[in-house]
Amino acid sequence: MEKSRKLLAAPYLIWMIAFTVIPLLMIVYYGLIDRNGSFTWENVMAMVRPEHLGALFLSLQLSVVCTIVCLLLSYPLAMILRGKGVNQSSFIVFIFILPMWMNFLLRTYAWLNLLDDGGIIHTICERFGLPTVSLIGTNAAIILGMVYNFLPFMVLPLYNALMKIDENIINAAKDLGANNIQVFFRIILPLSFPGIVSGITMVFVPSLTTFVVSDLLGARKIMLIGNIIEQEFSTADNWYLGSGLSLVLMIFILISMAMLNHYDKNGEGTSF
Amino acid sequence: MKEPLIDLKNITKSYDGQVILDDLNLSIYENEFVTLLGPSGCGKTTTLRIIGGFETPDKGHVMFRGQDITQMPPHKRMLNTVFQKYALFTHMTIAENVAFGLKIKGKSKSYIQDKIKYALKLVNLEGYEKRKPDSLSGGQQQRIAIARAIVNEPKVLLLDEPLGALDLKMRQDMQYELIRLKNELGITFLYVTHDQEEALTMSDKIVVMNQGYIQQMGTPEKIYNEPENAFVADFIGESNILDGIMIWDRLVEILGVRFDCVDTGFGTNRPVDVVIRPEDVILLDPERAPLRGIIKSVIFRGVHYEMAVEAGGFVWKVHSTRMFPEGTEVGIRVEPSNIQIMNKPESEDEEAVGRNGEK
Repeated sequence: MEKSRKLLAAPYLIWMIAFTVIPLLMIVYYGLIDRNGSFTWENVMAMVRPEHLGALFLSLQLSVVCTIVCLLLSYPLAMILRGKGVNQSSFIVFIFILPMWMNFLLRTYAWLNLLDDGGIIHTICERFGLPTVSLIGTNAAIILGMVYNFLPFMVLPLYNALMKIDENIINAAKDLGANNIQVFFRIILPLSFPGIVSGITMVFVPSLTTFVVSDLLGARKIMLIGNIIEQEFSTADNWYLGSGLSLVLMIFILISMAMLNHYDKNGEGTSF
Repeated sequence: MKEPLIDLKNITKSYDGQVILDDLNLSIYENEFVTLLGPSGCGKTTTLRIIGGFETPDKGHVMFRGQDITQMPPHKRMLNTVFQKYALFTHMTIAENVAFGLKIKGKSKSYIQDKIKYALKLVNLEGYEKRKPDSLSGGQQQRIAIARAIVNEPKVLLLDEPLGALDLKMRQDMQYELIRLKNELGITFLYVTHDQEEALTMSDKIVVMNQGYIQQMGTPEKIYNEPENAFVADFIGESNILDGIMIWDRLVEILGVRFDCVDTGFGTNRPVDVVIRPEDVILLDPERAPLRGIIKSVIFRGVHYEMAVEAGGFVWKVHSTRMFPEGTEVGIRVEPSNIQIMNKPESEDEEAVGRNGEK
């Protein structure tokens, strides 16, 4: 009995080993050797080079802004959904995640068409005689693309967390004299914290590592850390440096997750 | 007559066209333990929620000490609620839960500390301040919910089936606990339950409700011994409800046999409902009884045997400490004072359960 149940985990284990553990070990391996195959810290330490450090810092900035924008957009929406009936709210959630059914690249290309110099927005502005500014290749364009792509990952965990709050708990707080603002800050916000942590994780990590969005909407003018790593692997053909930088980025993400989970004492945020 | 603390006037409420409460009037006086008792869907919880401020009636008024509070939001009302599933704040400690209402009101730290101590002592949970709600048993959580409500010194404590989620033993202990609390605090308790035993044990006044109407209001003794209609008789305890004909005062015909009774004023030859409690049916030697029957089944229930006796085409529920084996022929007799005569319901609304005790 016990043995057969363990066997059920086999496909998952095989998958994990083949596609997660082995690649991870390979990255560690490549990150810590040079072209001659001898051990070195150089690839890892390369992160402190000014061009890399700048890209990392910009990535952090943009992904923090993106996460905050997503949170500010999603929380009110999730609150509204909470107040609606199940049928209505699941329809709205459906509308919200509908864009996710289209390919990620395709969606980002759509934004490229909208924002590009001579793109749709420019054409419309010119038609009406309005002045045009270059939208593409700006930080704002990248943030817009990231928010657009990653917003559903914030909405869903928040919606789940808020829906889990029992109406009677809110009633109890009102019963004890709390007005709507007090109910929100003392009851709803703390109880939705696991959802907030989960949402931040799911938006912050992909936006910190993205290279597709910055590649397309950054018009190759803006280099994020993701772009640099990608180029090391593709154009520069330097797997060693790419792996080294990846390792550092991974450690960065682990540290930020650990900080978040420290606040999420119940550990519910990770179980989305 | 003193002025009521809470007065419900002509309360009507419906959801999706379905009437839950229809022109309900109810007065609750200071220091009473009032229980709203009825089956699920009878409107008892809706009544409580209207008093608590979580629902607004379609028509009618909620008066609190003569002041109309129908439209007042819950956080401004001078009453507190204990919810069915405790509704404790899981992200706070026990002390923070109990202190919630006082902190909102901006009471001083030392006052809050004293109050927490006092309230936890009152519910026998001293030393639990630092614990989290999930680490407590159901009964303990419910005590915390009560402590959290009473620290605010409400005029009325509303309790919505607070013992519903507890096991039998815990439920019985909590019943005594609640009576003690009510006596110590001297505040009005308005209690909602579908459990007739809880209602009989704790209440000063029971309000039996069904389908949005008040069926009967009175002391537990009155409700049990003198049910006003078949619904109340059937809902409060077990009973045999039979069709009868009131021949004249103090004489009723049941199943073709005439029984002496003590009721008067029903007229002559009038169809009535007759209620006889199972414990009031006396089984004896068939020769000496007006009605004869056969024992159909016997179940041992601890204090007594529960027997089904078929007599005169009706299956009687009988509770007796004396056991008769299945198939025995027995006689049935009832003391005149134990035969309860009731008018037949006049409208369909009143007739809430089927005849002859079937639910």
